Amino acid sequence: MAVKNRKRMALTGNEAYAYAMKQINPDVVAAYPITPATEIVQIFAKYVADGLVNTEFVPVESEHSAMSACVGASATGARVMTGTASQGLALMHEILYIASSLRLPIVMAVVNRALSGPINIHCDHSDTMGSRDAGWIQVYTENANEAYHSVIMGIRIAETVNLPLMVTLDGFIISHEMEVVEVLEDQEVQEFIGERKPLYNILDVDNPITVGPLDLQDYYFEHKRQQVEAMKYAKEVIKSVVEEYNKKFGTDFPAFIEPYRMEDAEYAVLAMSSAAGTMKEAVDLMREKGEKVGLVRLRVFRPFPFEELREVFKNIKAIGVMDRADSLNTMGGPVFNETRSALYDLETRPKMMGFVFGLGGRDFPIEDAIHIIERVKALKEGKKVDMVEYIGVRE
Amino acid sequence: MAEKLTLNLKELSKRTEGLASGHRACAGCPFPAIIKMILGAADDPVVVANATGCMEVVTTIFPYTAWPVPWIHNAFENAAATISGVESAYKALLRKGKIPGNKKIKFIAFGGDGGTYDIGLQSLSGAIERGHNFLYVLYDNEGYMNTGIQRSSATPFAAHTTTSPAGKVIPGKTQHRKDLTEIVAAHNLPYAAQASPSHWNDLIRKVRKALSVEGPTFISIISPCVPGWGYPEHMSIELAKLAVETKFWPLYEVENGYYKINYKPRNPLPVIEFLKPQARFKHILNRPDLIEEIQRFVDERWERLLWLEQRKPEENK
Amino acid sequence: MKKKGWKELPEGAIIPAAPTSPEFKTGDWRIQKPVWNEDKCVHCLLCWLYCPDSAIKVKDGKVVAFDYEYCKGCGICEQVCPPKIRAIEMVKEEI
Repeated sequence: MAVKNRKRMALTGNEAYAYAMKQINPDVVAAYPITPATEIVQIFAKYVADGLVNTEFVPVESEHSAMSACVGASATGARVMTGTASQGLALMHEILYIASSLRLPIVMAVVNRALSGPINIHCDHSDTMGSRDAGWIQVYTENANEAYHSVIMGIRIAETVNLPLMVTLDGFIISHEMEVVEVLEDQEVQEFIGERKPLYNILDVDNPITVGPLDLQDYYFEHKRQQVEAMKYAKEVIKSVVEEYNKKFGTDFPAFIEPYRMEDAEYAVLAMSSAAGTMKEAVDLMREKGEKVGLVRLRVFRPFPFEELREVFKNIKAIGVMDRADSLNTMGGPVFNETRSALYDLETRPKMMGFVFGLGGRDFPIEDAIHIIERVKALKEGKKVDMVEYIGVRE
Repeated sequence: MAEKLTLNLKELSKRTEGLASGHRACAGCPFPAIIKMILGAADDPVVVANATGCMEVVTTIFPYTAWPVPWIHNAFENAAATISGVESAYKALLRKGKIPGNKKIKFIAFGGDGGTYDIGLQSLSGAIERGHNFLYVLYDNEGYMNTGIQRSSATPFAAHTTTSPAGKVIPGKTQHRKDLTEIVAAHNLPYAAQASPSHWNDLIRKVRKALSVEGPTFISIISPCVPGWGYPEHMSIELAKLAVETKFWPLYEVENGYYKINYKPRNPLPVIEFLKPQARFKHILNRPDLIEEIQRFVDERWERLLWLEQRKPEENK
Repeated sequence: MKKKGWKELPEGAIIPAAPTSPEFKTGDWRIQKPVWNEDKCVHCLLCWLYCPDSAIKVKDGKVVAFDYEYCKGCGICEQVCPPKIRAIEMVKEEI
C-alpha cells in the first residue's frame, strides 16, 4: 500500500545502511573496517568529510575500542552507532555485554560473515549467533530495503527500551548486491526517531553518578533480572514501533515473523535473512505442484518471539528449521534448538528437524531449498530422517 | 590555561576532599592521595573513566561509590577508548548545541600498570594517536595487584610476584621493566610526565600543566603497594620518595618532544635503599650481582634522560 | 540497610547519587590509631593530603578533627608529620 511515491534508490545493503545512518545523523560513530562491512564505515567517513552529517567520527584502532568508545559516548546520552562483522564482532564480545548491562541503546550494523577458523570472509550467521546471549536486540533482515528501514526503526526501539540493537544483513549476498530501496525523506527520519531521552548522563557534572561499579553477589542478579524485563518490554516496543512505522510510511514490515503461504499449510520451513527469499521461491514452486507447504521468516531473534512462533505453527505437522550456523553441540544450530524448545508446550507437538546450510558463504541454490522442503515432507510422512541434516556439503 | 601551575595545600584543601571515606582500599594505599591531588588540581569539572583494577574495585562496590565526580568503568583494557568516546560525544553535543558552549569539562582516565602497560596498551596508543583531549593517569604499582600480585611488564627485574616467584633456580622476574613513558612520548603528544605522590607539588603542577594543554596528555605516577611490595603500611609515601631519591623513578616531563628532569637528587641514594624495605626483593639482598644489575639499569636510564634533556627548545638555548 | 529488589533499583546498575561510600564504615579495620596533638600542630596539611581515607578533616586551611569512623590506622599521617613537629602519634587501638 503505497501512501505516496517514495524516492527509489539503487543501493547495496551497505550503502543502504550508511544512507540510513546519514539521515539519522548520530552524535558519535566509532568504527573499524572489516570485510564485508567496511563500506559502511567508508561511506560514512565520506559523509563526515563532506559535511553531510555533523557526527563525531572516531576511527578507532580496533573493534574492541570501537565498542568501548561507543559505550563511553552513549553514557553521555548521545546517539551512537557503529558497524562490524565476524571477527570484529567477536573482538567486541566482551563489551557487548557491558553495553547492554549499562542499558546503552547503541545501534550497530552487523554484516553477517563466518567466524574464523578457518578464516573466511563470506556469509554465515556464526558471528551474530555467537553474540545471541549478550543482551542485544537482534534483527535479521532479508534484503537491503528491509535493512535500511530496520535501522531507522532500530533507533526508536533501542532508545525506548534502553537496550542496544543490532541489525544484521547477509555478507556479500545483501551487503554488496544492488537493489531498489525506497527511502524516506531526511525530515521524516528525524521526526520518527525524535530525541534520545537517556537513563543517565555522565556529562552532568553537577549531578555526578557512578557508572559501571563493581556489582557482587548482593546486586548482580537483580541487575540481570532487570535486563530480562527490558527484553520483555522490547517485545511490546518492537511491535508498536513497527506498526507505527508501517502506518506512517505505508510499509508492511512484519514485527517478529513473516508467515508466507501459511494459511492452509500442513508443513513448513523456518528461515532467516536472505535465504528466506530463496525459500519463498521454492515454496511457490512446490505449491504449484500441490504441496501444502509454507514458510515462516524469523526476523527478530532477540528477544525470541516464542509466542508468535507457537501461534503460527500450532496446526503444523512438520517443521524444518534452517540455521546458517552450527552450535557444534551435535544437535544443530541455535534457531532449531530454540524453536524446538518454544514449541514443546503446544497441544499437538509438531515433528521437527534442523538444517544447517550455507556455512562460510556456501551457495544456497533453489534446488537445495526444494530439497529441504522435500525432507520436511518426508518427516511429515513419518519417513526416517536425521534430526539435523547438512545441506550443500560434500560428503 | 590554568592561572598558575602550583597550588599550596591550603588552596588544595579548599578545592577537594578527594575520594569520600568508606572506600575499601588497603590501609596505607597511596592512590587515594594521588586522586586527591588530581581532583584538587583540576580547575574545571572532570569526568573520569577507570580501568578495571584495584582502584575501580575498592572505590565502587555497589551501592557504595567514593567518587565525587562523574565516573565510568567499562572494562580492563579500554579506559582510554572509553574516555575517547566520552570526549567525542562531548565535542559532538557541543557542536550540535545540545550542551551549552561555555560548559568546560576535562576528561581523565585512570589505569593501573596492568591496564596500561599491558592489556590496555593498544587502546591507549590509539586514543593518543587520534588526539583526543584527555589526560591519562597511570598509577603504577608494578604488578597485577588486584588479582593477587602477578608480574606485569612494569614489574622490576628480580622482583618476586606470584607469576615470577623467587625460586630455588630462578630469582624472581628475569626481565627489566618496560619504559612506558618513553613509548607514550614516541606518540609525539603535547605532554607526558612521570611523577610521585611523595613530591606532591611537582605532581600537582604536572596535572595542571597536562589539563591546560589541548590534546592527549599522560602522567605516570608511582604508587607503592603495601601487600604487593611487602612493607609496613605507614611507609607508602616514604617508599615513593625513596624511588625518586635512588633515581629508580625519575621525575621528568616531555613537553612537545623536549625532555626536562624535574628533580635531580643532589646525593642520590644507591638503589638498595629502595629495595631493602620491600619483601618482594628480600631474596636478592644476598645477591650483589642482581642488585648491581638493577643499579646498572637505573643508572643507564638516568644517563639516557640526561642525554635527552640536552636538546633544548630554541628559546632556551 | 534493606537491600532493594530489581523493581526498585535504578536501571543500568548505576549509582545515581555520588558519593555513597560514607555509609560503609572502615574504622573497625584499625589496630592502631593516630592521636593528634592540636597544640603541636602547625597545620601544614601533609597528613590531610596523604590520608588515604579522607579521615582527617580540614576547615579553612586548618586540621580540625580525625574521623575514627573511617581511619584504618595505616600510620601514614604520623610518618608524614614533619619530624620537628611530631603532632601525631600512633597508639595501640584499645578494644
